[in-house]
Amino acid sequence: MVMPQIKEVVGPDDTPAADNAVVARGISKNYGDVEALKNLTLEFPRGQLTSLLGPSGCGKTTLLKIIAGLLEPSAGEIEVNGKPVTGPGPDRAFVFQDFALLPWANVLRNVSFALELRGVPKSEREAIAEKYIGDVGLAGFELKFPHQLSGGMRQRVGLARALSVDADVLLMDEPFSAVDEQTRRKFQEDLLGLVQNENKTFIFVTHSIEEAVYVSDQIAILLPRPSRVSEIIRPTGLRNKDVDNIRRDPEYLDIVDSIWASLRSYVE
Amino acid sequence: MKSRSFWLKILSATVLFGAWQIAGMIPVSYAFPTFFESMAALVRMAGDGTLFQAYVETLRPLVIGVAISAVFGIGLGLWIGLSSRFDWLFSPIFIVMQAAPLAALIPLLVMAYGIGLTSKVFVVCIMAMPVIVLNTAGAVRNTPTSLKEMGRSFLASDAEIILKIIIPAASPVIFSGLRLGISAGFIGAILAELKITPTGVGDIITYSRSIADYPAMYAAIFSIILLAVLFLNLLERLEVYLFEGNVRGYASD
Repeated sequence: MVMPQIKEVVGPDDTPAADNAVVARGISKNYGDVEALKNLTLEFPRGQLTSLLGPSGCGKTTLLKIIAGLLEPSAGEIEVNGKPVTGPGPDRAFVFQDFALLPWANVLRNVSFALELRGVPKSEREAIAEKYIGDVGLAGFELKFPHQLSGGMRQRVGLARALSVDADVLLMDEPFSAVDEQTRRKFQEDLLGLVQNENKTFIFVTHSIEEAVYVSDQIAILLPRPSRVSEIIRPTGLRNKDVDNIRRDPEYLDIVDSIWASLRSYVE
Repeated sequence: MKSRSFWLKILSATVLFGAWQIAGMIPVSYAFPTFFESMAALVRMAGDGTLFQAYVETLRPLVIGVAISAVFGIGLGLWIGLSSRFDWLFSPIFIVMQAAPLAALIPLLVMAYGIGLTSKVFVVCIMAMPVIVLNTAGAVRNTPTSLKEMGRSFLASDAEIILKIIIPAASPVIFSGLRLGISAGFIGAILAELKITPTGVGDIITYSRSIADYPAMYAAIFSIILLAVLFLNLLERLEVYLFEGNVRGYASD
């Protein structure tokens, strides 16, 4: 029993040790004269959650949209699964800060919309959508319209839509910033479960230090004008702890404090 | 909820018609008949068929003009909303059209297109089209960016983004433009019949006035308003049928 296990470990190890789902290489982005991002390089390990954290205006959403293929970098290259990004692709799914739901469509149509765009037949895509609506805890709300849902429920719809296409990489742009505090805590716990259970890579933009430390395997701290990665923090000790105890863990508190210490001078 | 809005409609109609009846009984003017006199004239004209004959005449330029305005108006509006170049090219035309004193332009139209159907359709279009075009263009331009980004990130083609995101997102404003445009089209149709050649409902109005049959004149005016209201209600039904989630109710509900 022991031998084959060792072989398995040795086998794939001739590829480089770190398996990155997404790599950003030398990314620059200029808007006219304004340098939003300058020569930014960052690796996103597969199956992990990487947070992009920084003060507002530090270009974290810009970087996320470049990874999504929604924006073109002025220089540099994004690789997803080793292939360069030229535009949006089936390997990435986006969760929007303002949910980006279709107000004229009910929950079922909203969740199945991404599959509809991929030409999946109606009965099939609705069956898939039903499954993910159940997974995010919205069973029974299939025929409701977005304006009949609370902010938290709307973001669950956005999450179900992103999960429904089964992309390798989930891009989340401050997904919890528009929901109330209690809902946000529940979302953060659910997100930890999602990272563990789904074999996906998460890239998570946030402006909340606590949120980043709570959910991340890796935190990239971006400093503004022009943006670059100033520090990468890996709260590895926290990931094996029980979710209920993370917030009073000394390591958690220390990391939150040290991030604040390095960011405070950049906050106007 | 439904019954409340129904009774409110009845109430507002009663108040309006009551005020009309009282104003006619005072009378505010010799030329202003009461509500019931007008209704009697309406029933008489409907009974002997003159009203229906008149509407066959009036509806022709109206329906053609409104159809052209709706189809081309929404099409052009989309185009203008999607492309800044076409905005630059076409928007001024419709802004001028909207502001132009139409009655003064009618002689020009008659010189160019004669006194037939073409001129009347033109009048309807000039009245109806600008607001449809400008509303559609504005709504298309103001489609929320995140909805378009959502479409792109989930691999929508350009056509899908237009058909499945931009048009539905713009639909409330497009429909309000259609409502305004179509009511203006009704005004245009009657205006054409009063100013170009007296046919149809315009003829009833002109003729009744000339023989001082004021109840008939007001009955004809009333009937065209009624038709417009019915048509606009129908349009609202269509909107609800197509885009159910756009109906959000009122903040107080």
